[in-house]
Amino acid sequence: MVAIPSRHKSLALLAGVLLFQVMMLAVQVKRDSRGRLIRVWTIAAVTPFEKGGAWGFGKVRGVWDHYFALQGTTRENESLKAENDALKLRISQLESKAAEADRLAALLAFKQTHEKVPMLMARVIGASAGTASRTVEIDRGERDGVRRNMGVITPDGAVGKIIEVYRDNAQVLLLTDKDSGAGAMLLATRSQSPVKGNGDPILLMNYVANDDAVNVGDKVVTSGMDKIFPRDIPVGTVIDVKPGSVFKQIRVKPTANLERLEEVIVLLTQEPVEFPSASDAQGAAQGSGNGAPAADAAAPASGAAAEKP
Amino acid sequence: MNDTYELRGSETHIEVHKFYPGAVAIVAILSLVLQRILPVYLPKLEILDLPLLVTIYFGLSRRNPSTGLLLGTMMGLMQDSLSGPTVPLGEYGIAKTIIGYLASSIGSRLDTEHPFARFALTVSFFVVHQAVLVLVRRVLLAEPEPWFNVHLGIAALVNAVLGVALFVVLDRLRRSS
Repeated sequence: MVAIPSRHKSLALLAGVLLFQVMMLAVQVKRDSRGRLIRVWTIAAVTPFEKGGAWGFGKVRGVWDHYFALQGTTRENESLKAENDALKLRISQLESKAAEADRLAALLAFKQTHEKVPMLMARVIGASAGTASRTVEIDRGERDGVRRNMGVITPDGAVGKIIEVYRDNAQVLLLTDKDSGAGAMLLATRSQSPVKGNGDPILLMNYVANDDAVNVGDKVVTSGMDKIFPRDIPVGTVIDVKPGSVFKQIRVKPTANLERLEEVIVLLTQEPVEFPSASDAQGAAQGSGNGAPAADAAAPASGAAAEKP
Repeated sequence: MNDTYELRGSETHIEVHKFYPGAVAIVAILSLVLQRILPVYLPKLEILDLPLLVTIYFGLSRRNPSTGLLLGTMMGLMQDSLSGPTVPLGEYGIAKTIIGYLASSIGSRLDTEHPFARFALTVSFFVVHQAVLVLVRRVLLAEPEPWFNVHLGIAALVNAVLGVALFVVLDRLRRSS
């Protein structure tokens, strides 16, 4: 009798031979873009363990980092806070520069649309030291051709006039100063009256007869009679009208944002300056960042005397 | 000379045959050679799988699963090698290893000398062989392969008929008792 290998032996041999051949196949066969089958299998077999290992290590590391290794966290937190503050400051600076660029673009556009009108762009470099006056200092002076009593405007409207000129800078008296004023008129009725400041952000128009019809929202423009501003430059909008003994008491909100002036235009002449229409001016105002709508100053007007030429 | 051995199970009495020296190797090689040559001259004979028939026959006759599967392995791997570079080594190898194992396992339990039994077993092994091939091609090689069609059915019958005749011829290579 021949000794027959046991069933288990032959089964093991079968499994071994088959496994060997399957592995041999895997080494030979290429799966399109995924490389040899043995590589695909190996990766498929190892990947779950890798994922499990990575998950486990991640958990262990997370526990370690969040509960045990905290000695550097305070220092890191302080460093991050400092960095955050610096970044906030940087963002603020960049936003400021962007706003400045918008304003300068609006000024440049205004200047380009009035090429024939001699004007000078100036940067506001200072304000009045006290609350008794409303003035600003600009970085243009005598050497740039700036002279006293020249009008100062923004693309939104009248700002004030030059009251002092130095070699490289000058002072501007704002319309809202209590000693300031400008020849103006109501755009709708052509009623002329100077506007004057009183130290508040609001202008007063005190010489419009009670008989004249004035409504809230009426536009006020320069009359050109003060020899400072050309006519038809927007001054403001009527926000309050009260009858007086002889004249109405009219309060006017300046069109230009006199509280936040950063760049202005010095008019080197009294030639008329044509302002854009209300819709265009609104767009320009948004671009300049001042936010005050421009008055519609298309209609001609007669002059009026300035308070303090 | 003791040419024939007896396997005694609980109730069965089955002979284990031995062959003349070199007979298995020569027959195996000859089957591979014919497998390659015959279709050149008679393309329709392509449906024959002579290495499979040889594997079945020696598996059934030797009735030793280990030698049966090893013979199947060798036959399959050689068939793979001779099938060109597009057939990876192991494709036929795996199929014939299983057939060799199954044939010798069944041969150790059943009397497979009757022509009808041989016919039925050959058809069955051919189907199993084909099933393993398709499985390997689909799963391992990612090749689309039909599980079964008429052509394969005809091939199974033709191989079985040829197998019955061939087995009779191969019986003569057994050492006489």
